[in-house]
Amino acid sequence: MEKNKIIELKGVAKEYDGEIVLDSIDLDIYDKEFVTLLGPSGCGKTTTLRIIGGFVKPDSGELLFDGVSVIDVPPHKRPVNTVFQKYALFPHLNVYDNIAFGLRLKKMPEKEIYDKVEEMLAMVNLRGFEKRNVNLLSGGQQQRVAIARALINSPRVLLLDEPLGALDLKLRKDMQNELKNIQKKTGITFIYVTHDQEEALSMSDKVVVMANGAIQQIGTPTDIYNEPVNAFVADFIGESNILDGEMLRDFRVKFAGTEFDCLDKGFEPNEKVDVVIRPEDVDVVAPDKGMLCGVISSVTFKGVHYEIIVNIGGFKWMIQTTDYAAPNSKIGLYIEPDAIHIMKKSEFSDMFGDYSTYSEEMDHLSDLTEEEMEYLSELTEEEEESE
Amino acid sequence: MKKRSLLSQAAAAPHIVWSVLFIIAPLLFVAYYALTDADGNFTLSNFGSLFTAEYLEIFLRSACFAFLATVICLVIAYPVAYFISKTSPKTQKLLIVLVMLPQWMNFLIRTYSWMAILEDTGIINTVLGWVGLGPVHMINTAGAVILGMVYNFLPYMILPIYTSLSKLDPRFVEASADLGCNAFGTLLHVILPLSRSGIISGITMVFVPSISTFYISQKLGGGNFDLIGDTIERQFQSAYNYNLGAAISFVLMVLIIVSMTVMNRFGEEEGGVVA
Repeated sequence: MEKNKIIELKGVAKEYDGEIVLDSIDLDIYDKEFVTLLGPSGCGKTTTLRIIGGFVKPDSGELLFDGVSVIDVPPHKRPVNTVFQKYALFPHLNVYDNIAFGLRLKKMPEKEIYDKVEEMLAMVNLRGFEKRNVNLLSGGQQQRVAIARALINSPRVLLLDEPLGALDLKLRKDMQNELKNIQKKTGITFIYVTHDQEEALSMSDKVVVMANGAIQQIGTPTDIYNEPVNAFVADFIGESNILDGEMLRDFRVKFAGTEFDCLDKGFEPNEKVDVVIRPEDVDVVAPDKGMLCGVISSVTFKGVHYEIIVNIGGFKWMIQTTDYAAPNSKIGLYIEPDAIHIMKKSEFSDMFGDYSTYSEEMDHLSDLTEEEMEYLSELTEEEEESE
Repeated sequence: MKKRSLLSQAAAAPHIVWSVLFIIAPLLFVAYYALTDADGNFTLSNFGSLFTAEYLEIFLRSACFAFLATVICLVIAYPVAYFISKTSPKTQKLLIVLVMLPQWMNFLIRTYSWMAILEDTGIINTVLGWVGLGPVHMINTAGAVILGMVYNFLPYMILPIYTSLSKLDPRFVEASADLGCNAFGTLLHVILPLSRSGIISGITMVFVPSISTFYISQKLGGGNFDLIGDTIERQFQSAYNYNLGAAISFVLMVLIIVSMTVMNRFGEEEGGVVA
């Protein structure tokens, strides 16, 4: 099926007070796609959304809808609608009037408006809430009204700016499913902004990972997770051990003082690279059977698995395993070739991936008394000597 | 409910004393004078004597002038307040000081200044004379009196409207534009309803002093347009008829309470529908 490009951003850049918020980004969005802009706060994802919505004018670059430039088209004439962060429901209007707002502006007959509002209310499970004051609704209900208010205008594209940010975890999960269903049912293109990687992975057809005002990677959730292009993406999406490595030749890499087989090729001989190993892809084995050996510095029970921090030659790895292993015991690690992912060095190299400053461990340390700390440091010194 | 502690009662005492001394006692005095004659005997004749064409005209004129002044203030103040709220925070502070600046001068001096401006040989007519127009007779007209009210009370309309507009979340304006509303529609359907509380307090703060004002009409109306405030002043200052003065004050008070109640009822009404 040939998909139509509905929105194109070409070299879009934006500065605020000399600070670069968007650094010339290019992005194509296709019809009926669920696209997520994912990144930490300040990465430019919301600015990108606001540029598409027409609330921010880029300093340079081109924005095309169906191949036609809309840079100079004001927001009220663009075929998009927005679900705002914290919803921005009109406090002086009730639920019905909020949802009917867009259609009344189109001078649609009241009878038709009534039918469409009822249809929308049914879709977001808010039948019977017509006369309610929007200020007295719960967060989840306000969220639904905001979605109905935007969708009733049958936009080509729906923009969602961290729409689930204000909801609690349980409600978030429900709303994620609901949003995905609404998107499938209506066939409207969704552009969704979030900093929650799990949300992005579970809902999207396409994820756009952003950092420092630039797009780092565009791909399906599985691509992004399995084949991150740099240390930033690897670290931001899920947990990763990122090690300095050297690509000896095709299919052969050296890191942590050991050589491994891998599935990657196409690097210069002996090129310095970043090696990503996901915590769940490592097998824990007996010390003598491991390709790498280390001492466990902490174990945390996470429900489905244990999270183990292992010290291997000073680098702390995170391993997720269902088998318990005691702290301070020695274990071996076995790493399959397909568990190793090689990335080119980037501006983000050496910034992420070591769990030596891992927060839970730090919390744990700060609870200790001075005596215990002394004992602990002696213990680690002994460990290092024994290696 | 728990009995309040001795301390909190003690803390409230100054306020209660203040209220009794300066609010309740004067009101009782007004009521006393309004309901007695010169010898201190109970009578309703003070109120009876107000039902004459002369007084009714004064009441009616005062209400009309105050209404017109309020409407004109609103029409001028809203765009001004809107403009101020759209400027940078630094400029906003400066502009608000400028709005308040005339209030730092004495009320009498401000009103005298307008006499000098509006007189037949005043500043405006002198300038008009230079360019061969006029003179235009402005002083001692109803327009001059209303102008005086608008000038003196305009800041009290601008400030509350500015406050409500500056607190208005810009996302509501964006949401309106997003849903297909142009700038004028957004003003009508979103900004105006959401600044209603500011409009209502502005109307209150202009209408009440306007309907009870004195002196403006004497100086700018040349005594041709007696208002309630002037009439009350005359009873106390020159006619020495405290009883009639008190009765007029009483009626004025009722008039204000009634109009404020209507205003507040209007304010509480659930926000309407998009037309």
